[in-house]
Amino acid sequence: MGDSSVSSIIRQAPGRAIRPGALSSNGKLRKRLELFFLLTPALVFFVGFVLAPMVVGAYYSAFKWEGFGPVSDFIGIRNYVRALSDSVFQLGVVHNLIYAVLSLIIQLPLSVGLALLLNRNMRGQGFLRLVAFAPYVLSEAITAVAWLLMLQPGGFVDQGMKAVGLGSLIQLWLANTHIVLYTLFAVITWKYIGFGIILFLAGLQGIPIELREAAVLDGANGWQVTRSITVPLLGPTIRIWAFLAIVGSLQLFDLVWIMTLGGPANASTTMVTYLIDRGFQRYEFGYGSAVAVILFIICFTFALLYQRFVLRRDTEGATTRMVGQ
Amino acid sequence: MSKQASNTNALDRTGTWTPIYYFVALLVVAVTVVPLLYVAIGGFRTTAQINNAPAGLPHPWVTVNYHAIIFSVTFWQDLMNSAVIAVIATTLTVAFGAMAAFALSRYTFRGREAIYAVFTIGLLFPASVAALPLYLVLRSIGLLETPIGVAFPETAFALPITIVILRPFMRAVSGEVEDAAVVDGATRLGFFWKILLPLSMPALTTVAILAFVTSWNAYLLPLIVFTNSVHFTLPLGVATFQTQYSQDTARILAFTAVSMIPALGFFVFAERRIVGGLSGSVKG
Repeated sequence: MGDSSVSSIIRQAPGRAIRPGALSSNGKLRKRLELFFLLTPALVFFVGFVLAPMVVGAYYSAFKWEGFGPVSDFIGIRNYVRALSDSVFQLGVVHNLIYAVLSLIIQLPLSVGLALLLNRNMRGQGFLRLVAFAPYVLSEAITAVAWLLMLQPGGFVDQGMKAVGLGSLIQLWLANTHIVLYTLFAVITWKYIGFGIILFLAGLQGIPIELREAAVLDGANGWQVTRSITVPLLGPTIRIWAFLAIVGSLQLFDLVWIMTLGGPANASTTMVTYLIDRGFQRYEFGYGSAVAVILFIICFTFALLYQRFVLRRDTEGATTRMVGQ
Repeated sequence: MSKQASNTNALDRTGTWTPIYYFVALLVVAVTVVPLLYVAIGGFRTTAQINNAPAGLPHPWVTVNYHAIIFSVTFWQDLMNSAVIAVIATTLTVAFGAMAAFALSRYTFRGREAIYAVFTIGLLFPASVAALPLYLVLRSIGLLETPIGVAFPETAFALPITIVILRPFMRAVSGEVEDAAVVDGATRLGFFWKILLPLSMPALTTVAILAFVTSWNAYLLPLIVFTNSVHFTLPLGVATFQTQYSQDTARILAFTAVSMIPALGFFVFAERRIVGGLSGSVKG
């Protein structure tokens, strides 16, 4: 996490306060009390609201339970078997994977390309960054409501397309089961592309100009410099962005729920909309807990593998360091 | 900016990219701004106007929609609820995160790395996945329909990134600074409070903004915790309003536009911090 450069200075720092003989048993007690005071609030919150729910969920996942009354109908792994063989859940997994792949093959080149184009010292640069980033700070809920209205049949989007001569391409954006997934992806791209652009612009600023100038002096043209120097050096930023994009794709909920509720006919359902639907709309708490555990395992496995094999060379990522030590 | 100038112009001396740059820049601005403008301007029309010409301009301009929203109890209630929850979550996140990061960065004790590792697990753990079990926990301890029922879990889920950002920052403060403070008679906690926290201000601002924006925009957690609309937050309120008034497009547009103002205003006000903080936290 970037602390390797300063680690030599700080290595001894934590130990400094404890000099040989300076700590009486009184001092040790005091240190323990301080640590208790400093760590307890964070640990209580984290254990209580992050770890405990997962343990509770794992427990309920072994029961058939509607959320009220005694938890007594033990059914072992039947909830898991049911989830994994449920075609709607499988559809949700596929949709999440489609979102992840689409973000890598569409959003990534788009945001890197825009960042490369915009990375020059022109008038209005600051304003441009401000504007491009604005959708990112809006909540997904507000974004969803705005686009829901604009995408109504005959609505703003359709009228706009007609005005620029694309009227023949108009679809039932949210009602056509073959289109809806991609409509939602377009809205997601609208909201999150600015974040990618800002991230890559920051990454580009970190590439020493000397490298590119040297390549130009050696006769490389602009495209060659971009392809052979700039983009490879942007690698760490790209890998972090991809991690965030994939994790984001796996837990997509707000936007889909408000715009389509996962419909029509499950055409836009995701893993989390499936979870919320089964858990809260149908009160299948035992089953929903099993789905939550499966989702957790999917996200956790992906994140660990990604940190271990893709991010390892860029950053001393927190988890890799933890496993490596 | 000066660094940027040298970074880019060397490869652009001919200026051939300039028209393309301006074209792309204009396109980005248009694609971003036009939907926002549509929402804001649509609020000045009547639903009949919108149904007749969805992409038209107000004719005449009407303020009745905005007037109804600004003087409605719902909007201000939602706004207050969002603010209360975001302030609680942000305060607790920064306080508890800074305390834990201090312990994990400047104390030596057995199990330190293990505790840090436990927190980093939270980085891999999306809140939405935990929603259902979390609901059951909140119900069993009686926190449903309360602001802290949302603010406490938000704090818990914001702690990992907060600690991961703050720990290296606090580590990097030289041990000599601490020694000097001890020589001057400060206790370790005194050093934390009077010296380390002020020195960590940039990082603290970053994590505070992250926590605030995350809480402000949250939808799923308020959705499962609140059923009584008196407690709704702004994102939940907008989504609910949309289903309640689904026939009155103009009024929904007005409500949506007004709801965008706090986030966009906060963003314009703190743009450098937000952009720097988010890209900084991501780059580690």
